[in-house]
Amino acid sequence: MQPNRSLLIEGGRVIDPSQDLDRVTNVLVEDGRIAAYDAVATGGEDVIDAAGKIVSPGLIDMHVHLREPGREEDETIATGAAAAIAGGFTSIACIPNTEPPIDTQASVEFIQHQAARADQCNVFVVACVSKNREGKELAELGQLVQAGAVAFSDDGSPVYDAELMRRALEYCQMFDKPILNHAEVRELTQGGVMHEGLVSMILGLPGMPAVAEDVMTARDISLAEAVGGRIHMMHVSSSGSIELIRRAKKRGVRVTTEVCPHHFTLTDECLRAFDSNFKMSPPLRGQKHVDACLAALADGTIEVICTDHAPHAREKKMRELDQAPFGIVGLETALGLVVTRLIEPGRLDWPAALAKMTINPARILGIDKGTLRIGADADITVIDPDVTWTVDPLKFKSKSTNTPFAGWKLRGRADTVIVGGRVKLQTQEADSPRRPVRAH
Amino acid sequence: MSTEVWGVGAVPAAWTRQHLLDIESLTAEEINVILDSAVAFKEATAGCTQKVPILAGRTCANLFFENSTRTRTSFSLAARRLGADTVDFSSAGSSLSKGETFIDTAKNIEAMGTDAVIVRHRTPGTAHLLAQNLGCAVINAGDGPHEHPTQGLLDILTIRERLGRIEGLTVALVGDISHSRTARSNIWGLKKLGAHVIVCGPATLVSKRWEELGIEVAHDLDSILPRCDVLNLLRIQFERQTTRPFPSVREYALLYAMTRQRLERAKPDILILAPGPINRGVEVTPDVADGPHSAILEQVTNGLAVRMAVLWLLLGARSADEIPG
Repeated sequence: MQPNRSLLIEGGRVIDPSQDLDRVTNVLVEDGRIAAYDAVATGGEDVIDAAGKIVSPGLIDMHVHLREPGREEDETIATGAAAAIAGGFTSIACIPNTEPPIDTQASVEFIQHQAARADQCNVFVVACVSKNREGKELAELGQLVQAGAVAFSDDGSPVYDAELMRRALEYCQMFDKPILNHAEVRELTQGGVMHEGLVSMILGLPGMPAVAEDVMTARDISLAEAVGGRIHMMHVSSSGSIELIRRAKKRGVRVTTEVCPHHFTLTDECLRAFDSNFKMSPPLRGQKHVDACLAALADGTIEVICTDHAPHAREKKMRELDQAPFGIVGLETALGLVVTRLIEPGRLDWPAALAKMTINPARILGIDKGTLRIGADADITVIDPDVTWTVDPLKFKSKSTNTPFAGWKLRGRADTVIVGGRVKLQTQEADSPRRPVRAH
Repeated sequence: MSTEVWGVGAVPAAWTRQHLLDIESLTAEEINVILDSAVAFKEATAGCTQKVPILAGRTCANLFFENSTRTRTSFSLAARRLGADTVDFSSAGSSLSKGETFIDTAKNIEAMGTDAVIVRHRTPGTAHLLAQNLGCAVINAGDGPHEHPTQGLLDILTIRERLGRIEGLTVALVGDISHSRTARSNIWGLKKLGAHVIVCGPATLVSKRWEELGIEVAHDLDSILPRCDVLNLLRIQFERQTTRPFPSVREYALLYAMTRQRLERAKPDILILAPGPINRGVEVTPDVADGPHSAILEQVTNGLAVRMAVLWLLLGARSADEIPG
C-alpha cells in the first residue's frame, strides 16, 4: 500500500469522548495515524475544511448483518461496507448468521478477505457461540479468537439452552470476549409479527410480548452474575429488560447493552400501515418502551447505539406481513436519526451520543478503535450537524432498501469519512446548500 | 329499472369511498348508508331473490386465499343479482405455489379487467395492501383475525331489523375474541352506533386490554346474561390458535355454550346470532340455534343484502346521468 499524503482536518469541533476532548482544533493525520492537534497547514498536505463541522472518531456499528456468504441477493460484504461508509461508520462488526454460519477459522478468514478486497471500512467478525449456530455445542471459540473473532453471538436466534450460555460465559473469560445475545423466549413469541399490545389486538396480528425479552434478559444477567463473563444484550427494546439491566449494573454485573434507532424512534402504531418495513425482531413497541429506551440512553444504562442492519431483498419484503422476514437496513440512516431524535431535541449532547457510537462499542469488542488519541489509527468521521437531507432508499449503497424511514427528513450526516488515513467519502448531496470540501 | 327500485337512483353523496376495508375507519353515517341501502335492496328484490341488473357489464373477482363457503357464495350471488359478472380465484393450484407474491397475483387479475376485487386472506392487512396497489375497488372479505366488515354489517343489520335500533342495546360477543375478525368488525360498528358492547370468553381469549376501547370485558357468561339484549356467539378458531388457550372443548362448552338452561337466565326476547359456521354443542346447542331466539338464517339473507349494497355503493352510478336506461 502506498504511504498516504498527510491530511489536515482544519477548524472542526473535535469531539473525542475517549479522551474527554471537545474543542475546535486542527487534526493532522500522517501515515494513517493521528499525528498531532493544533497543527497548521504547511502546504504539503491535503486539507479538509471542517469549519462548522464535527470531527469524531470514526463511528462503529457493532451489530450489522452482511448476509455474505449465502444471501448475496440481500447484501454482500462489499455493498454492506460501502453502506457503512455512506452512513459514517469506519468500523462494523458483522453477525455470523450467514449461510453457512461463521463458526470456523476458515469462515472468519473469508470475511476478512472479502472485507480487505472491498477496501471500504474495517470489518470485525463476530463468530458463532455454537457449532453451526444450532445452540447445541460450543463452537471452537479459542480458534475463532485466534482467527480474529472479537465477540460471539448466535443472533438471529437466542442462545436458548441455559447450560450452553453458562458454559459460553465461563469459557469466554479465558479470552475476555463478550457474548452478545438476542433475548427472546420463543414459546412466548411464536407466530408473532409485531409487539403485543393494543395495536396488535386491534389489527388482529399475532403479538410478541415484551415479557419474552424480559425473561431471557433476566436469565442471562443471572448467569453472568453467577459465573462471571461478559454478557451484552443486543437490541434492547423493552422497559422491563432495560430496568433489569440497570439494576444489574448497579450490582456490578458485567452486562452491557445496545439500542437501535428504530426502537427509540418508532412505535407499534406504525404497523397500522401493514408495511413489512416496520417488521423487525425485537418488534417496534409502545410509547412506554420508547420512553424507557430514551431514558436509558440519557442515564447511560444503554451505552451503545447500533443499527441491527438487516438487509432483505425487496421481493422478500413484498410478501404478506406474516411471510415477510424480520429486519430493516440501518447503516445509512442511523447517524441522521441520532442527530434528529437524540441530539437536536436535547436528549443527549454530542459527546454522549458519539461515545455510544465510538469508544463504548470499541471497549466492549476490545478493539483498538473509537479514539482520536495521538498514534491511533486515523479512522475519522466528519459530521455536518446542520445539513438536512431526505432519506431516499434508491440512493442507498446497500443492496437492499428495506427501511421504514423512506422520505423522512433528517438532520445531520457524515460529510467526510476517513479510514486509516484514507478518505473514503466526501460530501454527499443534501437538501440545503452547503460549502464544498476544499482539497489541495 | 334501477331508479324505480331506488327512489334515489344514484349512490348517496355521503358515500365517497373507493374500498371497503374495515369498519374501524367508517363513520356512523357511512355505516347507516350501507344498512339503509341493504334494506332497500332487500325490499326491491323480494328478499334478495330477484335481479336488479344495475351493475351489468361490471366484473367482480373473488380472490380467496383462505377457505370460505358462505362468504364467497354470498358475494358471488350478490354480484350476479346486480347483473355483474364474477370470476373466482382460489389459491389452491395458483401461481402462489410457484412463488408469485399475492400482490402480483391480484394485479394480474385486475389487468384482466375487473372492477372490484373481493379478497379473503389469512393475514391481517392484505386487503389494505391491495387497496394501495390496485386501481379497482377492494372489498375485505376477511383478513385473518383483523376485520370482516360485511359480516359485522350483516350482524348489525339483523339486530336493527329484529330490535328496531342499535343505540342503547347491550350486545355481548361471546367466544374467541382474540382470533375473531367478526368480533372486531362488530365492536367498531356497534360502538359507533351507540350500543354497549361486552366481550365475554376465557381470559386467554378475551384480553383485559379490550377495555381500552371503551367496551366491557367479562369472563362469566352467566353473570352478564340477564343484562344482554343480543348475544353473538363466535366460533372457536382452532385453526388460528398457536397454543391451546383452554384445557378442553368440554370445559369451554360447560362455561360458554349457549344452552336451553342458560336461556332461562336471559331476557325473554333475547336475540341470538352466530356468524357461522357454528360448532353445534360448543358455542351453542341445537335447541337454541334452531329456536325462536335465533336469527342465524336471517343473518345469511342479510349478508346477501349487505353485499349487494356494498357492491353498488362502490361500483354504482354516482349521478343520475350515469344511471343506465
